[in-house]
Amino acid sequence: MLEGYIPIFVMLAGGAAFGIVMVKLNELFGPKHPTEEKYTTYESGMEPVKSARERFSIKFYMVAVLFILFDIEVVFLYPWAVTFKGLGVNGFITMAVFIFILLVGYYYVWRKGALEWD
Amino acid sequence: MVLYNLAFYFFSLITLASASVVVFSKNIVHSAFALLFTFFGVAGLYVLMMADFLAITQILIYIGGIMVLILFGVMLTNRTIDVQIRTGSIQTFPAMLIVAALAGTLVGIFWSTDWKISPTAIGFEKTAPEIGKMLLTNYLLPFEIASIVLLVALIGAAMIARREKKA
Amino acid sequence: MGMEILVSTAKFLIVMTVILVSVIILVYLERRISAFIQNRTGPNRVGPYGLFQAIADVVKLLLKEDIVPKNAYKPVHDLAPIISIGAALSTFAVIPVGNTIELFGTTMKLMIADVNIGILYILSVTSIGVYGITLAGWSSNNKYSLLGGLRSSAQLISYELSMGLSIIGVLMISGTLRLDQIVQHQTMYIGGWLPNWNIFLQPVAFITFVVAAFAETNRLPFDLPEAEPELVGGYHTEYTGLKFGLFFLAEYANMITAAAVITTLFLGGWHLPYAENLGLSAFTLSLLQVLAFCAKVTVILLFFIVTRWTLPRFRYDQLMDIGWKVMLPLAIANVLVTGLILVL
Repeated sequence: MLEGYIPIFVMLAGGAAFGIVMVKLNELFGPKHPTEEKYTTYESGMEPVKSARERFSIKFYMVAVLFILFDIEVVFLYPWAVTFKGLGVNGFITMAVFIFILLVGYYYVWRKGALEWD
Repeated sequence: MVLYNLAFYFFSLITLASASVVVFSKNIVHSAFALLFTFFGVAGLYVLMMADFLAITQILIYIGGIMVLILFGVMLTNRTIDVQIRTGSIQTFPAMLIVAALAGTLVGIFWSTDWKISPTAIGFEKTAPEIGKMLLTNYLLPFEIASIVLLVALIGAAMIARREKKA
Repeated sequence: MGMEILVSTAKFLIVMTVILVSVIILVYLERRISAFIQNRTGPNRVGPYGLFQAIADVVKLLLKEDIVPKNAYKPVHDLAPIISIGAALSTFAVIPVGNTIELFGTTMKLMIADVNIGILYILSVTSIGVYGITLAGWSSNNKYSLLGGLRSSAQLISYELSMGLSIIGVLMISGTLRLDQIVQHQTMYIGGWLPNWNIFLQPVAFITFVVAAFAETNRLPFDLPEAEPELVGGYHTEYTGLKFGLFFLAEYANMITAAAVITTLFLGGWHLPYAENLGLSAFTLSLLQVLAFCAKVTVILLFFIVTRWTLPRFRYDQLMDIGWKVMLPLAIANVLVTGLILVL
């Protein structure tokens, strides 16, 4: 029942609290000797060239989009998997159709070269 | 019971507060981060409604997937921190119509839903297997259509990436 | 209800202590084993055999200045390591470290949170952990960090997919998302002698899961986020002091959790084959099973460490190729084949 989630909540809160305490402790105990140079962006000892806020390759968006689509498929698979034994052949065929349709998309994406990383 | 109510108000507060930051913040980065907490709060509310599988789905897909995509979008666009979003008012009349329609629908749903306010009203035990059974029996057609929607999205994504092979 | 919170807090403190101590031992082991493999001595000055080296390191990090670069976005720069460590510490909540145990007259399960979505909780917390790295990379406003963070998040989400898919075979066999029941299901025997562990029933899923676990924990051969020759420190280039330490800690805590999950899903969890026939008292048996669980986790951790110091690193395109063109089809095929076999 719902009581099962109290420990989860405590764990999440406790984990975050541990992190916050550690960061604060470091701020408390660590020395502070500010110099101009120290707070510049690290670029292997060179003067930083331009900012890191630049536009980026679309490939990363592509990976994220593909991830969402396949992740939704996987989420559909979980409830199916846990009832699998009760569903019999019918259940298997329905899911096979579902997966097959997605595999078509997967094949298309592959042939289109969206999975290439060069 | 007290704790249950406290939890409800806690998650509601997170959801509503962060959602208003998403809408009203002039800084797109703040909006994006606030959205993260909105998703999280909603997941908490799902748990309180005994829909644990839905809550996990919310985290897996919205926080684990869609939010990453949004962050990629925000982070990788030029100079996002300094940019102030200007929200001017254009198309006021059509917008008001749509908002009115949306609000009407929501209020309608709000009144017609049989709300379960007590946590003991339904069992938690078998959410995932039940959903599995429902999907493959009563809701088979929507389920298979979902796969076609996903297929269309996949093709769309591949098209957007526009990576014609150089011969 | 108030009691529940108290008990959970106590459990959390115990688990946190155990994880932190394990991390200290693990770091020590890693350094000693790597030294052995590379024919060096390794840390041997602090305490007997250098055992306290990791503790000395923590104290050192605590006393270092916390440098936040001028161009960094401070709130997020602070938040990122907190997300990382928070996610790493809380994943352990649903892992059963043993069977039920009789203590002070009550029977209790040796796991912190007994929820019926068990395994999915682990996956979702892992997906929250991605933010630690992404945000660290972005908020530092440093090119190395950003590249490291981006690469890392793309890698993590790619392999999360294979991870989620390889679990499905196990779920189909055991028919539940609860980790204690998944373990329970593995305590039977095939043909009366072979333990019904999922590694024997789902060998392909085991391999894909382990590979994905390597990628998820950023271990070599998948440690591209911090590929030193090209990215300096990767996403934590601009981190100093304990904030850096938290990332480090989170990485090792994740390793322990990953090993525990692999054990639970594929290696029978706390199951010690044939021990239940020895006629031991219930308490002794439970204790033995907890030890068996720890032993299995240790073996996997040693495997993690030895792999790291044996294999070279992948190139990024190879990494993505393996994730999307090998692991993903393999995992889907595994689901279909498992289904076919179970149906027939």
